[in-house]
Order: sequence, then structure tokens, then C-alpha cells
Amino acid sequence: MNNATGLDIAGLETAYDQLAMAIDAAGPEKSELFLVKLALLAAQALGDAPAFVDLIERAQKDL
Amino acid sequence: MHQPASAPRRSIYYDYTVHQPWLPSQHPAQPLHPVVIAGGGPVGLTAALELARFGVPCVLLESEQQVCEGSRAIVFTRRSMEILQQVGVAERVTQNGLPWRFGNSFYRGQRVFRMEAPHDENDRFGPMINLQQQFLEQYLVEACQANPLIDLRWGNRVTAVAQHADHAQLQVDTPEGPYNLQAEWLVASDGARSAIRSLLDLKLEGASYEGRFVIADIRIDLPLPTERLAFFDPEWNPGNTVLLHREPLGIWRIDYQLPEGETPEQALSPESLKTRINAQLAMIGHADKPWEMDWSSVYSARTLTLPDYRVGRTLFMGDAAHLLPIFGVRGANTGFQDAQALAWRLALVCRGQTSAALLANYSAERVAAAWEIIEEAGKSTRFMTPPTRGFRLLRDAVLSLSLTEAFVRPLYHWRTSRPHEYSHSSLNCRVDDNAHFQVGPAHGAPPLNVRLTDSQFLLDHLGGGFDLLWFGAADGLPADVVASVAQRRAKGLPLKVTCITHGAAHAGLQPSPADAPWLQTLCDAQGRVHSRYGVTAPGAAYLLRPDQHICARWLHLDAQRLDAALVQATTGEAP
Repeated sequence: MNNATGLDIAGLETAYDQLAMAIDAAGPEKSELFLVKLALLAAQALGDAPAFVDLIERAQKDL
Repeated sequence: MHQPASAPRRSIYYDYTVHQPWLPSQHPAQPLHPVVIAGGGPVGLTAALELARFGVPCVLLESEQQVCEGSRAIVFTRRSMEILQQVGVAERVTQNGLPWRFGNSFYRGQRVFRMEAPHDENDRFGPMINLQQQFLEQYLVEACQANPLIDLRWGNRVTAVAQHADHAQLQVDTPEGPYNLQAEWLVASDGARSAIRSLLDLKLEGASYEGRFVIADIRIDLPLPTERLAFFDPEWNPGNTVLLHREPLGIWRIDYQLPEGETPEQALSPESLKTRINAQLAMIGHADKPWEMDWSSVYSARTLTLPDYRVGRTLFMGDAAHLLPIFGVRGANTGFQDAQALAWRLALVCRGQTSAALLANYSAERVAAAWEIIEEAGKSTRFMTPPTRGFRLLRDAVLSLSLTEAFVRPLYHWRTSRPHEYSHSSLNCRVDDNAHFQVGPAHGAPPLNVRLTDSQFLLDHLGGGFDLLWFGAADGLPADVVASVAQRRAKGLPLKVTCITHGAAHAGLQPSPADAPWLQTLCDAQGRVHSRYGVTAPGAAYLLRPDQHICARWLHLDAQRLDAALVQATTGEAP
């Protein structure tokens, strides 16, 4: 991924806060479902299956 | 001693006929038969009729004395209808079946996806037609009984098989005890629990994922069109899927997945069936409608195949060869393609036209088709019955998103059975002009049908052997091609020539010259055959195998090129 097209610090902080609050709002029963829905929407917005697979692999590190 | 049920099976819409068993004491000693087919279901019956078209007699053993219990396979595809047309029963299916082309998926009371199966005006048959299997078997049985080449033996069950170098030795049990039967070739079409597969100790391969479904047929007056209805995660059966199909005579099929941990016996208890069917009817707003149960069963969604459909002198087809999931109507519809693919090859082998190597090619083509179907069906199965926590999470996320996000809705699409394209078959010609055509069915593809007149279609006039489609008038056929066809026919190869001509006089089949029964002319008044087959100049030709799949096509044809294609198509090797 090219950092030049990534989020600036303020944008990253917005994503961070909004995601945290949305996970809390979904609650323990539904947060996983919510995150999968979000991932699919993000994949669709990305519009690039190999890039999404790359993101999956990067997210799998150091769990 | 084999004692099949002698009382008619119970049904509220189908009147069973119990046939007399075939008893060895009433017949002379058995000769060596060229072909014995074990299993008189739709696939075995179709294969018998196809073999008879090529003049090859067979003995067809059916262990029961009546057609199948319950509606079983109820959806037949366009390609199945084209195959059934070849054996003469498609018209009866059309008269009595319910055609359809729309499928609907519902989640939380909302229709989230509507599938529309394409229908071209050049097709004689619609994409799908619903008919209970008993009726289809009855039509096929009647066609077999009218055919002197088919010896249909009710109440005959294979209990032992010994394979030898040039024949198979069978022990067949009957209501008066066993007798021995010898066949040059044994065809096993004895279904998902194939006794012959077990007797030969053969193992199916693949991932045996078992999602279990209840299948229940009820008679009820529902004011709904003939369309497939699929309900995901209904309140009465959380996390699972329910399917609804209309059948003729006011019968409706309800399929629903068993909750985890429930046994088939529990699921089929009258109380359980009643509660769940009532819950489903309430969900679609018809709780008040009275209904009556006809038949119920439990089905396992499995994806398995034998690695080779030829084992010595035994050939497998249909559910005896492979188990395919219910989603996408792939069971019987795959079986018809097996039957058609096997019958012409076996006929050529029995008639001494080619070596048994052609049967290895049957296995190669159809095993590859089964794996392709398993792969494709697996995608539907993973959505309908998620096998793991991960797949369930993704499926549930898609259900949830589908209420508002259109991009996920195509994931509901239930890929339906379609004919396999044998693009890389060794029967395809290596030295033709396949690559030079811009459009039209390529190597290994099934044929494209074409409407010739209001009532005539191209495929009405083809089949029963190799078909050479020649684009041009009969008097323009090269003399060396005519001589080559005559020579092949004299040696017994079933081969016909169909000239496709332009001209507006009378569309469709033209009167044939009495001295050339191998030649027919079809007038392509509107040029549709030419355009569907990508032919822009006269002199082009297509060669169709007896199962109508394309094995060669040329921009220009001469006898040498035709010979090369026929040798390749009957041996799998270049001349």
C-alpha cells in the first residue's frame, strides 16, 4: 500500500475512534458480525481483490 | 431371496403400477449379453433408450417392481430436456411439467435477490421445468417397454459381481431366487447407495460435508407462481435455509435444513414435520391453508465422486458415480449427461466401430465434469449451509448487508446445472479451423439450438449418430466428402449430413431424396443458424458427436479433413 494515498493523522484518529465506538455500540454478541460487514464494505470500496488479500495477510501477523 | 414390495407405494397424487417380476424359470438360459444396465432410474432408462437408438440391445435390471417412491428429482434443465427429446419423452414432460425461470431469495421478510434464468427465442425448452420423478420414470419406462431392443426386468437385484478380462459375471436375485447373468459390459446406474460400487469395493473421493435437509411434499392450494423461493435464516429455523418449489398437481416441495444435532428420525417424526411446515406456511402468510402430506425424506448434501467411471468391464454413471449437492439441481441433470455421454461410446464399442479406449475417454470427460460441478456447487453449498464458523460469519454478514447493499446480492445466485464443455477433450480435432471462428459453439461445447420455424428447431433434426452440419446446398457438397461419408456409413458408422441452406421458400426441413436417407436439408430462411454458428461464407461445416457436443469445425471442408476429425472423435487419437 502506498502511504501517499493513506490517511493523515487526523483521519486515522477519526477511523480509530469511530470504529471503537461502533464496536462498543454493537456489543459483544454482534461486534464480530459488524466487523465482517465492515470488512466486506471496505473490500468493495477498495475494488481490488489481490490488494484485499494482501491486507488480510498483513492483519494476520502477530495476532 | 429378493422380495421387493408387491403393494403399490402410497401417494396422494401418483397412481403406482406394480409390474410383474422377471423370473428366470420362465425364460430360456441366458446368453452372453452385450450390455447389462443395473438400475432403472431416470439415468439407466435414458442410457437404455440411447443404446437402442444405435441398435445395441441391453438388459435393464430394476430391483423394485414400480417407479421411485416420492417425487425425488423435480427440476429438469434445458439440456436435460434436449437429451430427453433425443429419447422421445420430452413432449410428455413439457405437457405435464411446470416451466419456470425465476428464483427469489428472502431475508427478514424482504426479497433480497431475484434470479432470472435467460431464455433465448432460439431455444425449444425453457431453462427449467418441474415434474415429479415418478412421472418421468413412467414415461421412460413406457418408451423402454415399447422398444424391442430393451429387456426391462423388474424385481431383479444384483447381489454379486465378478469381473473378467472380457466380461462381467453377475448374480441376480429375484422373487424366486437367484440366477447368473453374463455381460460384455455392466453399466452401474444403481443410485447413490450403489450396490455395485460396494460389491467392487470402490471408494468415493472428495470432501464429504454433510448438511442434512428434510424434503417434504405436501398438497396445498397456494396462490404463488412457479418460481424457486429460498428463505435464509427464518425465525422458525434460525441460521438455516428453507426452499420452496411448486410441483404439478397442487404439490409443493419444502426443503429445510435440520438443526444441528438432530437425527433424521427426529426430523421426520410427524409432529416435527407438522410444526415446521406450519411455521413455514405462517411465515409466507398462509397459516390458514389446509394441507396434506405426501412424502418426506432426509437428504445429505455431499460432494463426492469415483476417481474413474470405468472399472474393468463395469461403467458407472449418475449417482452411482458421484454424489452432488442438491443446490443447483445437479443430481439427475448431471446423470442424463452421463447417460448420453456413455451410451454412444458404448454403442460404438459394442458395434466394433472402435476400441474400448473410447470408454476411458468417457470416464475422463465425465469425471472432469463432476469435479467442475463439485467445485461450482461448493460455492453455493458454502453459502446455503456454511460449514465452519468463518463461512457462517461471512454468510451472515452478507445476509445483513444485502438488505441495503446491492453489491453483495449476486452472492445469493444459485449456480444451476449447465452442460459441461469438453474444451480439452482428446476427441476434439487438432487440425481443424476451430480457432478461426469468431462466434458459435467451440470445441467440446454443447450445441446451440436455433428456431427454424414456429414449430421446428435445429436440434429436432439431429442426433442418433455423428452429425455433419454443412453450410451450403446439397449439390455443392464436395464429391470426395460425399464419398467419404458413404464409405464410413457402409462400415457401420452412424453419420448423417445436414445441409443448412439460405433461401426464403420454405423454412425448416426440406423433402429428402429417397436414395440418400443420410442426407437432409434444413432451410435457414432467416439466417439464424449461420449467425449462431458464426458462418459467413458457404462451405463451412461443424461435426457434432452423437451427444451433440462439437468436436470439429471448418471454414472449408474436404474429405481428408473430415476423416481426420472422425478418427480423432472415435479413437481419441490423430490418424
